[in-house]
Amino acid sequence: MKKLTSMRGFSAYRIWAQLPGLEISYLPDLVMFGAGIALFYGVLVVGRSWLGPFTPQVEISRSPLALVPYAGYSLLRITIAYLLSLAFTLVYGYVAAYNPRAERFMIPLLDVLQSIPVLSFLPTVMLAMVALFPGRQLGVEAGAILLIFTGQVWNMAFSFYASLKSIPNEMREAAKVYRFSWWQRFIEMELPFSAIGLVWNSMMSVAGGWFFLMACEMFVLGSRDFRLPGLGSYLQTAAGAGDTRSILWGVATMIAVIVLLDQFVWRPVIAWAEKFKVEQVESSDAPRSWVLDLIRHSRGLSQIRKKTVRPLAERLMLHFAHKQPSNDAEPRSPWKIWLMRLLVMLLLAGISYGVVRVVMILTGLHKTELQQTGIGLAATFLRVNLTLLIGALWTIPAGVAIGFNPRLARIAQPLAQIAASVPATALFPVVLLLLIRIGGGLGVGSIVLLLLGTQWYILFNVIAGAIAIPTDLKECCSVFRMQGIQRWKKLILPGIFPYLVTGMVTASGGAWNASIVAEYFHFKGHIYTTVGLGAIISQASDESNSKLLLVATVMMAATVVTINRLVWRRLYALAETRFRLET
Amino acid sequence: MNEAAGNSTTEAIIEAVGVEKSYPQADGTRIQVVGLTNLSIEPGKIVALLGPSGCGKSTLLRILTGLSHPSSGTLLWHGKPLDGQMPNVAIVFQSFALFPWLTVLDNVEAPLEAKGVPAVERRKRALRTLDTVGLDGFETAYPKELSGGMKQRVGFARALVVEPEVLFMDEPFSALDVLTAENLRGELLELWLTKKMPASAIFIVTHNIEEAVMLADRVMVLGRNPARIRSDFNIRLKHPRDRKSARFVELVDYIYKVMTEPEVEHALPDAETTAEIILPTGGLTRDALKKQEGPLRTTKYQMLPHARVGGIAGLLELLHDHGGREDLFRLAEELVMDVEDLLPILEACVVLGFAWLKEGDMQITPQGVAFAEADIQQRKVLFRQAALEHITILKQIDSVLKRKTDHSIADEFFHDILDEHFAEDEVQRQFETAMNWGRYAEIFDYDRDQGRLVLAESSAPSQSSATPVIDTPTQNSAPKS
Repeated sequence: MKKLTSMRGFSAYRIWAQLPGLEISYLPDLVMFGAGIALFYGVLVVGRSWLGPFTPQVEISRSPLALVPYAGYSLLRITIAYLLSLAFTLVYGYVAAYNPRAERFMIPLLDVLQSIPVLSFLPTVMLAMVALFPGRQLGVEAGAILLIFTGQVWNMAFSFYASLKSIPNEMREAAKVYRFSWWQRFIEMELPFSAIGLVWNSMMSVAGGWFFLMACEMFVLGSRDFRLPGLGSYLQTAAGAGDTRSILWGVATMIAVIVLLDQFVWRPVIAWAEKFKVEQVESSDAPRSWVLDLIRHSRGLSQIRKKTVRPLAERLMLHFAHKQPSNDAEPRSPWKIWLMRLLVMLLLAGISYGVVRVVMILTGLHKTELQQTGIGLAATFLRVNLTLLIGALWTIPAGVAIGFNPRLARIAQPLAQIAASVPATALFPVVLLLLIRIGGGLGVGSIVLLLLGTQWYILFNVIAGAIAIPTDLKECCSVFRMQGIQRWKKLILPGIFPYLVTGMVTASGGAWNASIVAEYFHFKGHIYTTVGLGAIISQASDESNSKLLLVATVMMAATVVTINRLVWRRLYALAETRFRLET
Repeated sequence: MNEAAGNSTTEAIIEAVGVEKSYPQADGTRIQVVGLTNLSIEPGKIVALLGPSGCGKSTLLRILTGLSHPSSGTLLWHGKPLDGQMPNVAIVFQSFALFPWLTVLDNVEAPLEAKGVPAVERRKRALRTLDTVGLDGFETAYPKELSGGMKQRVGFARALVVEPEVLFMDEPFSALDVLTAENLRGELLELWLTKKMPASAIFIVTHNIEEAVMLADRVMVLGRNPARIRSDFNIRLKHPRDRKSARFVELVDYIYKVMTEPEVEHALPDAETTAEIILPTGGLTRDALKKQEGPLRTTKYQMLPHARVGGIAGLLELLHDHGGREDLFRLAEELVMDVEDLLPILEACVVLGFAWLKEGDMQITPQGVAFAEADIQQRKVLFRQAALEHITILKQIDSVLKRKTDHSIADEFFHDILDEHFAEDEVQRQFETAMNWGRYAEIFDYDRDQGRLVLAESSAPSQSSATPVIDTPTQNSAPKS
């Protein structure tokens, strides 16, 4: 046996000799090889484009063939933004979890940042980036990537922080008693422990990235018109020209990319992350992925891993192990403390300056502008809550029906999942076309658009909640002949309550954010708009009216944070205590 | 080995000198968890630390391992103070604390990785240790594929692979079923006796009296609130020890007495052959106690044992069946209960005046007899009488509720009272127990959603109830808010 494997190493053509029988483990190698070459080509193309000179008005082709490279560019932007988010998440979450003093302001800050809509960052980020890389396409690219980043990062950071906080005490003590270096603690305890939360939040974040792609890839800042080749700009251009065929092509491409991503990235990652579940017994139906199986069976990849990753990991582990003789009680040198103090002072000074500026701008506003934003806020508030109501009204009965009926669930759940993974923005043009044909304005249309983007969160959670209601409770209701309203009041609504709250919180946040895209829309050379805070923000961003943008953004962030504090957090607490189904 | 252990001239590996632990409360005072304690761990000995649950034995273990720093006092490692350094120790945890995403082998290798042992050497040592604890063949398994006993074997392997000077164990067998625990205990002892154990001392924290007597060369019994050593003695019985032997039973009985009647001094059975006292019962001298009580407020408030009314009734019925008096050890055996579980029920019977303890026996009182014989409704009346007579917090609640015109009050009021006397977790448990007893006795109703206590219908003052209400005008000092 040993001899045979060593002979294989000598003559590569032996692969051919074995082809008829084709050992399964070589097929993956071929696939992986192809993937490698494709990747290399992609890097070449991107490099040429990004480092090229700045072309402010890239002509966006509407040919379906152009969609392939466009999809590639968009995917790349989202990927880079995601990697940035991940890096930020790890640092931010780590510091917040381990530095109690920093924690006290870092977590509320996260709450606020989370509620600021992506578009509000747009003008600042873009102008800064373009100034940073003058005369290169890289500047605009970096700006777009940063924008996508601001839409992705916050929930990931929060998830990582929460995971770190919930590592069991005895596990921490084990790491401490056995003197793990910080690196080992990170690799073997903290990262694995937070893996599952990070994976799910990454999925959500990337989906959010698609949502705002259209806004991030093509926009006007004052007199300047920025365009980047990509799926988002393709859709926007197509919508601008009212070209239905191109819109459909674009939407189809986006759905295809999302489905491929799901198959080739998320599913394998979820299946792989299964091993990080902290559970006492093995679950019977673990998620599986054929791609993961392929990777696991690829002999070439495992060889590469053995030669590169493992020795590197080993080197790192030992390096940090030797380096840590007395890290624990190391007294801080006084200059370090002073440096820290100086930094904190500077930070505080910066924050106060910012606050003062904001207040000055706010007080310098016209009454009419304030009135306008006030009315906009009210309109959007009503719209968002109407959306939630409508969403809840149809998803609760539907979700419960699906959840209670296993046969229905088997058919409906995958369908709903596909429907939900399609970003609503991609469908906006189609919906808008329909609405215009029927004759409804954006006032009604925006509600439909918001609904498209947010109802899924409620539906999924209700299905999950209905499935989680224990069978014996259902049987008990049947025995006592509880039916109709009584059954809903005593069993179903309390049973799904925690899930419903989770769904509504997510939907509410999503709806506020989506209002920016839903209330203001370029279409066939027109701007369709309706009264609302989202429209004000979009418009202010378009016109580079930083004053109005600031006011509207502050108002929206304040509203969202307040609603979260006053309503959702309380309902959450109630769900956690009274409506928890203990097993 | 065990003969040498009795020699007190051997130098201690770890020595705790005047160690204390207290936590600051929100109101600026401190709640003491571990009282002034002197303790040493010497080579060649298995030391068992015994005590009821929540008494602070785990805290003490964490101080000794360097995981937690004492509020005052010092920890000496071979005579030198530890300055934030982790000594060469290992802990076997109650919850196993394995990393679920690492295989058995990787879990055992992890501490060696931390020490910077190269891969080949690491693997060799891990495999050898896994072999010692009987886990060969399971190297590539993940912890979730293993049974509880097997998981704890991984815990042992991970601890032993670092060749610690002291092996600490925090209730290592209490998450396992009885048979598995017994088996694992036997194997542990065998490793120790045949000197295959790469540790020079073992320190085990447990609430299982028999486990302590079975394993230990030296036993320390810890009292609670705050934790303080009540008794400290060497056991000289030869291994393997026979559970049924008279001396074994005597020792277990003795520990029961120390744990249940801490105020009384108990004589150690047959001091020359079985055991020798290191510290007299009562722990430290009275002077030392007084000295350390100075700035700290010790708990004077009555502490409720966390027992359910059903348990109290059951125990009293059994005792009544046995003619009203029974040996504690035998009671525990008959009920197949740990002291951990039995002790609070026992204490509840005593504070309610349904029984009393003497020399390791439990004796039922006339009230206890009446309660045991009563029907459901009568029991409530009797329980109510006993509660209002003996239980401070229930007395307070009752009198406050009667004085208020709307006969109701927010539960925070009592939380505040308890806050002054107990640590945070304990406040919650005290409150839960008080609610449980008070609702059963129909002294009040508790509306959890509103967080309000309301006087029960039957005890509204207008209605002269059959129960003599003892309205003590005491202790109603409103807590500062």
